[in-house]
Amino acid sequence: MLKYSGELDLVFQALSDPTRRELVDRLAQGPASVSELAAPLPISLPAVHQHLQVLQDCGLVRSAKVGRVRTCHLELKMLNTAQTWIQARKAMWERRLDRLDAFLATLPPEAAEATETSAEPPSEPSTQHEPDLPKGDQA
Amino acid sequence: MNRTVVHDTFVIDRHYPAAPARVFTAFADPATKKQWWNDPDIEKDAAHVIDFRVGGRESMAGAIPGDGASFTYDAVYQDIVANSRIVYSYEMTMDGRRISVSVATLEFLADGDGTRLMLTEQGAYLDGLDTSAQREEGTRGLLDALATYLDKESS
Repeated sequence: MLKYSGELDLVFQALSDPTRRELVDRLAQGPASVSELAAPLPISLPAVHQHLQVLQDCGLVRSAKVGRVRTCHLELKMLNTAQTWIQARKAMWERRLDRLDAFLATLPPEAAEATETSAEPPSEPSTQHEPDLPKGDQA
Repeated sequence: MNRTVVHDTFVIDRHYPAAPARVFTAFADPATKKQWWNDPDIEKDAAHVIDFRVGGRESMAGAIPGDGASFTYDAVYQDIVANSRIVYSYEMTMDGRRISVSVATLEFLADGDGTRLMLTEQGAYLDGLDTSAQREEGTRGLLDALATYLDKESS
């Protein structure tokens, strides 16, 4: 299953751009020609081609030329792997642990004696807030 | 429905410039946990109930903004060692379908004057998004969720 992870990095990168997400959103409704894709977008046709190239490079979009019309479709297999979901789960944890970092930074500094100093005899319980913890060994 | 199971384990290793007791409290104290746990975009309106004790449950339910897909999160705390370890199991559903059952282990290790937090998540991921009827919807929901995370990442 690890062979997917490199591809998925590319998918995540590709989807970090709002225009490319719009293209993917449109293609999620069904195949479309390049000019159909370009019509609602406020960017040039060459720019649309560039975005589509990125989406094709990561395997998210495939295209085929029939006559003079190039039609694109979403390669759903790419998105239906459990690996995508796992990657999303991991990304969720990364974001969550970032939020923890930011949250901890908002707390007042910890009492200095709580960490290093061992010269003083044990004193009264610290004033640091502790939750009411249950015993870990019983239900 | 196409019945599939994929198993996976991932590990995330972080250092925090705060003592283990303080990092542990961020997970153990419900009021504290609610200040940072939920994604403000995706889980903002989710009902979040926490009963932090061995055998206690934690649950969350809501809808993903945009496409409205509903999700639930249900966890049971299996093992708690104050300031040191939390092990819990949880399942997630999306639009009523169970999509994963996982075991998460959080280890809080003293590391200099801070804490090394190791998360190990072992999961069984169920049935993919493989029915054609739900494929498009699921894909869009997933994309929206991914995009939200990525937006935040790049900002």
